[in-house]
Amino acid sequence: MRHYPTMGRLHREAMRMTDTPTSKPTAVARPQRPLWAIWGEKALELLIRFAGVSAIIFVMSIFFFIFREAAPVLESDRFSLGRFLGSVEWYPTSATNVRYGILALIVGTAWVSGLAVLIAVPFSLGSAIFISEFCGPRLKEALKVVIELLAAVPSVVWGFIGLTVTSRLIVEYAGATVGVNVLNGGLILALMCIPIITSIAEDALKAVPDSYREAALALGATRWQIVYRVLLPAAKTGLLAAVLLGVGRAIGETMAVLMSTGHAVQIPHGLLDSVRTLTANIAAELGEAPAKSEHYRVLFMTGVFLFIITFLVNLAADITVRGVRKQK
Amino acid sequence: MRNHRLSPVGFLAAAFVLAAALLAAGCRKGGDGTTGSAGIQMKGSDTMVNLVQAWAEEYRKVAPQVSVEVSGGGSGVGIAALIRGAVQIASSSRDMKPQEMDQARRHTGKEVREFTVGYDALAIYVHKENPLEVITFEQLAEIYAEGGRLTQWKDLKISIPGCSGDEIIRISRQSSSGTYEFFREHVLLNRDFKLGSRDMNGSKEVVELVERTPCAIGYSGMGYATPAVKVIRVAERANAPAFEPSVENTLSRAYPIARALHLYTLGDPQGAVKDYIDWILSPAGQKLVIDTGYVPVRTGEPGK
Repeated sequence: MRHYPTMGRLHREAMRMTDTPTSKPTAVARPQRPLWAIWGEKALELLIRFAGVSAIIFVMSIFFFIFREAAPVLESDRFSLGRFLGSVEWYPTSATNVRYGILALIVGTAWVSGLAVLIAVPFSLGSAIFISEFCGPRLKEALKVVIELLAAVPSVVWGFIGLTVTSRLIVEYAGATVGVNVLNGGLILALMCIPIITSIAEDALKAVPDSYREAALALGATRWQIVYRVLLPAAKTGLLAAVLLGVGRAIGETMAVLMSTGHAVQIPHGLLDSVRTLTANIAAELGEAPAKSEHYRVLFMTGVFLFIITFLVNLAADITVRGVRKQK
Repeated sequence: MRNHRLSPVGFLAAAFVLAAALLAAGCRKGGDGTTGSAGIQMKGSDTMVNLVQAWAEEYRKVAPQVSVEVSGGGSGVGIAALIRGAVQIASSSRDMKPQEMDQARRHTGKEVREFTVGYDALAIYVHKENPLEVITFEQLAEIYAEGGRLTQWKDLKISIPGCSGDEIIRISRQSSSGTYEFFREHVLLNRDFKLGSRDMNGSKEVVELVERTPCAIGYSGMGYATPAVKVIRVAERANAPAFEPSVENTLSRAYPIARALHLYTLGDPQGAVKDYIDWILSPAGQKLVIDTGYVPVRTGEPGK
């Protein structure tokens, strides 16, 4: 219902847009294009326009759907928003006393993604700077191909590596009692974020015009000074976007953290404790929760919460990027 | 000249039409594939997934025209799928609850039928270096249940080489697992699990994690025992005799945490599904139950 007026406006706009270029040629008395070409162009333009706007429609309808599935639980006696966000007791299928508290899951998500970002950002910015500024053209091509390959590794494969390889290493070298823990999850997640952040950051550095570098060189700056004083400030926006995309990936990643963090509902006391994340919890439990049951709705409520977090991260990114632009 | 200028538009339009046509064709083909073939879809218990897989593979030799699709996820997942009518057979390592039967009746209008296809003993696994031999129900409940007092191995008067922290690392299952519910019902007597257990997504993962973790204790189906882990004997009370999870002890009901493995269907099975279940209950199907490490139903004895 709601999107009809939007479509109408769009349609009119599309018509207006297409009218102007077709009217011009007649004024200059150029040969008229065949009718099918004109209409084909109009249809294509409409299609492309719709594809662009559909992103907004999709996001809105996803949020609407998730919230509609979750909302009825707000009226349940066994659910209170305060306990939902403030309690660590997560017993969705208890036979005696059902409790829904996701605090431990929120803390788990924060620890794992925080650690991942902490590891990934210096590594990937470093490699982006190296690839874009310091290495030779042949090595550059090789590195870019390898990094793109790394980005294409499916998350379940990363999870498997976390379960079998890195967890053993952590037991051996960090002295952990259990290999599947925050450190393991953070490491795996960092490895997943690095190729993404690196390739976007590298693009951002590449986008800095060569005239900047030349000017700096002419002024007698060293390579390091160019990077530190010229390139990083110039590419600030792009680099920030790269990092925030990495954060988004870290928060949203499911399969790999499900397999590598140990899936234990508890507030971790250190890097070597097992945790459970919000996304892993939804993935593990939604399949069994009978449709429209309370458990199902609470899991959707967790989805709403995740959605709000991602929204806030994106909003913060947008505001910072705008701020940076204004300063220039 | 004119043709040349127009070609990108024409090309794009053609590409869109082609893509749409392909998409439509693809969808139609997919629809035919799922509705028309004589496929049987099974979903459910992770405990039984090896067994169900073995049945499906062997049955391909018996009846090549029938394809059996198998997936795990946990007994609860299979039962939820059966209630929705999304699968023909749900495998479950726990009994279906009365309210779940009601839900299935309401959703599909059919009665759920139960077939007991084997038995499984729930084995208690510890690390190979762990000197523990026997554990009682009470100790298990104190270790696993909310408010339980056993958190350190020294509370059990045990020290394990390689386990420096001495904390008992509890390895459990995710809440959709039939094993999880069975353990909660029969060992914890419906009390809740202590928070902070490592909840694994599969029976095999429990055993693998125990194998790698000196401080660990875990429960999983007897079929997943490997030489790399230790299976301990279980006693119902402190002075009662303890039994190991063997075929004889399971059949004689001496081992205290044994359970039936079920298949559930909507209504009386018909056609391919009926043939399949009959075959599973035949000696050929039951042989695979033994081969995968479980206990067969005695031939001639009707399923519960």
